[in-house]
Amino acid sequence: MESFTLTHPAATPLAGAGRQAIVGVVASGNLEVLAERTAQPDLCVVEISTAADGFGEIWRAVILDFVERAAPGGVRFSINDGGARPDTVLLRLMQAARALQDATN
Amino acid sequence: MRRWDSARQARDARLSAASGLMRGKQVRPDDVTALLEAVIRPGDRICLEGDNQKQADFLARALVQADPAILHDLHVVQSGIVLPEHLELFEAGIATRLDFSYSGPQGAALARALDRGRIALGAIHTYSELFARYFIDLTPNVALIVARQADRHGNLYTGPNTEDTPTIVEATAFKDGIVIAQVNEIVDSLPRVDIQGDQVDVIVQSPTPFHVEPLFTRDPAAMTETQILMAMMAIKGIYAEYGVTRLNHGIGFATAAIELLLPTYTERLGLKGKIATHWALNPHPTLIPAIESGWVEQIHCFGSEVGMDEYMRARPDVFFTGHDGALRSNRMLCQNAGLYACDMFIGATLQIDLDGNSSTVTPGRIAGFGGAPNMGSDPHGRRHASPAWLKAGREASDARSGLVRGRKLVVQMVETFGDAMAPAFVETLDSLALAERLGLPLAPVMIYGDDVTHIVTEEGIANLLLCRGRDEREQAIRGVAGYTPVGRARDRGMVERLRARGIIRRPEDLGVNPLDADRSLLAARSIKDLADWSGGLYRPPSKFRNW
Repeated sequence: MESFTLTHPAATPLAGAGRQAIVGVVASGNLEVLAERTAQPDLCVVEISTAADGFGEIWRAVILDFVERAAPGGVRFSINDGGARPDTVLLRLMQAARALQDATN
Repeated sequence: MRRWDSARQARDARLSAASGLMRGKQVRPDDVTALLEAVIRPGDRICLEGDNQKQADFLARALVQADPAILHDLHVVQSGIVLPEHLELFEAGIATRLDFSYSGPQGAALARALDRGRIALGAIHTYSELFARYFIDLTPNVALIVARQADRHGNLYTGPNTEDTPTIVEATAFKDGIVIAQVNEIVDSLPRVDIQGDQVDVIVQSPTPFHVEPLFTRDPAAMTETQILMAMMAIKGIYAEYGVTRLNHGIGFATAAIELLLPTYTERLGLKGKIATHWALNPHPTLIPAIESGWVEQIHCFGSEVGMDEYMRARPDVFFTGHDGALRSNRMLCQNAGLYACDMFIGATLQIDLDGNSSTVTPGRIAGFGGAPNMGSDPHGRRHASPAWLKAGREASDARSGLVRGRKLVVQMVETFGDAMAPAFVETLDSLALAERLGLPLAPVMIYGDDVTHIVTEEGIANLLLCRGRDEREQAIRGVAGYTPVGRARDRGMVERLRARGIIRRPEDLGVNPLDADRSLLAARSIKDLADWSGGLYRPPSKFRNW
C-alpha cells in the first residue's frame, strides 16, 4: 500500500460548473476516482492511494499526460487504486474530468 | 521408355492392397489403421484434415496407432495443427516433416517439439499460400478428410463446416491421390452434395461425431471499457472516415466490441447503411444484433461456428446457403474474397515493433497464422476502385504524375499491455530470436509493417499512411504505445507535431466522450443477450452457457 500526492500546474480551469463527481469501482485491476473542484484554479492535485507499490514513475507519467490532455485546473482528484493498468487509470481520470464538467451538482 | 501414369498405377496398387478391408467404399472403424498402413507409403505427403474449426479426429487417432516400421517419414501438409494427435505423429516417428498454417491450441507443444528436433519444419504459411502450394509443390498423396454424412457412393455432405475440404479434395483426387473420409453417419440420400463421390475413395463412419471447436465466440460479458473506447475510436476515426463498407474482422475482443456498437453508438452517429455492410467473416455470434438491426447486407464465411447453424439457416438473405438451407462455407474462396474484395482488415496481434511489423510468436509459443497475413496485406493484383481504397491510396501517395493507386486498409487494434502486463509494443519481435534458435530462414511475421495502415490502441489512432519516412513512422507508433517502454521513449515534441497533422488522433480529437466507454453501450452484454437477439435461433455451446 502506497500513498502520495502529485500537483501540476494546469493551463486552464476545467470547464463546466459541477462541484463533485465519482467514477469507477474499487476492485482488483480497477480504480475509483473522486473529482472535486477544491484546488486552486491553476493547479491540478492528484492524491493516490494504491495497492501496488513501486510504480511511482509510471504514475507521474500518467498524471502528466492527463493534465496535458484534459487541462483540469482547479480540481482535486482522489484515486483509490486496486492495481489498475496505467491505461485504465488514464481512462478513469478522463472520465472523472468529463463527469465533473457535465455535473450539475 | 518413360511411363506417364506411374502415379495412377501406384494409386491402383495401394487401393487394391486395401481391397480386403473394404466393402464398396466403406471400411469398418476397427480396420482403419490397417487400411491406412496399406494405402499410405513412407515419405508420402498427407493432409489430415485439421483446420482451425472441424477436425478429422477419428482418422487422426487411427493414424497415430499405425506401426512406425510401416509408416514413417510422412510429410504433413495441413492448415491446422490443432489436436494432440497431430504432434503425436511426430513423437511416434510416423511423420517427420511439416508444412502448416495455424497451431493455436498446440502452439506451446509445437514449439517444444521443434526445440527437440522432432519436426523438420518447412514453413508457416498463410491459408491461401498453403492451399496454393497444394497445386504446385505440396500436393497430398493421401487426404484424410471429414464430413457430416456420406452416401454409399462416397458423396459427402459437410453441412455448414465445408471449410478446407473442397480444396484438399481437388488437389488430391485430381492428381492420383487417395481421399479417405470420416463421416458421422452413412445415409441413403444426402441433403446436398458438397464433395462428389467419384473424388472419394474410402468412407468410414466414425464412432463419435467429429470435433468442432468454437473459436469465434466472444462473450460480451468479458468486454472491457478500454475495448469499448478503442471500438468507438476505430468507428469514428477509420470506419466513418473512409466509408468502409466491405471488410473482415479478426477474432479479438476489441473488434467484437465494434460489432456490438453498430446498432447502438454507430447507429446514433447516423452511419447505418454507410459502413460495414458486406463481410468476409466467420459467423461471429457478436454480429447477431447488427444483423437483426438491418446493418448487414451479406456475409461470406470461411467456416462455421458452433451454435450458429439454425440462425444462419433462418437468414439466407445474409449468408451463403445450399438448397438444403444450411450454410456453405469455403475457406480458400473466402480468403480470396477477403484479400481482393474487402477494403479493410482489422485485427489484433501480440507484438508490434517500431516499423509496424507484427507477430503472434512469443517465447515458447508458435501460434502460426490464421487468415490475418492474407487479408491483412495490400493485394497488388487488385484493379477495381472503391472510395475507401482510393482515399487510403491518396493519403499514402507522393506521386506527382497524378497516377494514384488505392490501398487496402490494414488496421492493427491492440491494447498496449496484454496478458500478464506483457507490452504489445517492442523494440524487437520475439519472432527473430525464435527463427535464430530453430534455424528458420524466415522469421514468422504475421503482418509486415509496410502493409499496416493504422494502429489503434486505447491511447489513440496512428495513421501510418500519412507518415513520411521511418522517423515519423516510428514516432507515430511510439505515440500510441501508451506506458510500455516503447511508448515512454517517445519524442514528445514530435508526437505532438504528428498529432497536429492528424497522424495521431486521441479520443478527444475524435470527439469520443470517455463517459461513453461504458458497457451499457454494448447491444448485448452477455451470451444470453445474443441468444435473445436471435430469437432463440443461436444456441450457444455449453461452455458459454451460465444461465
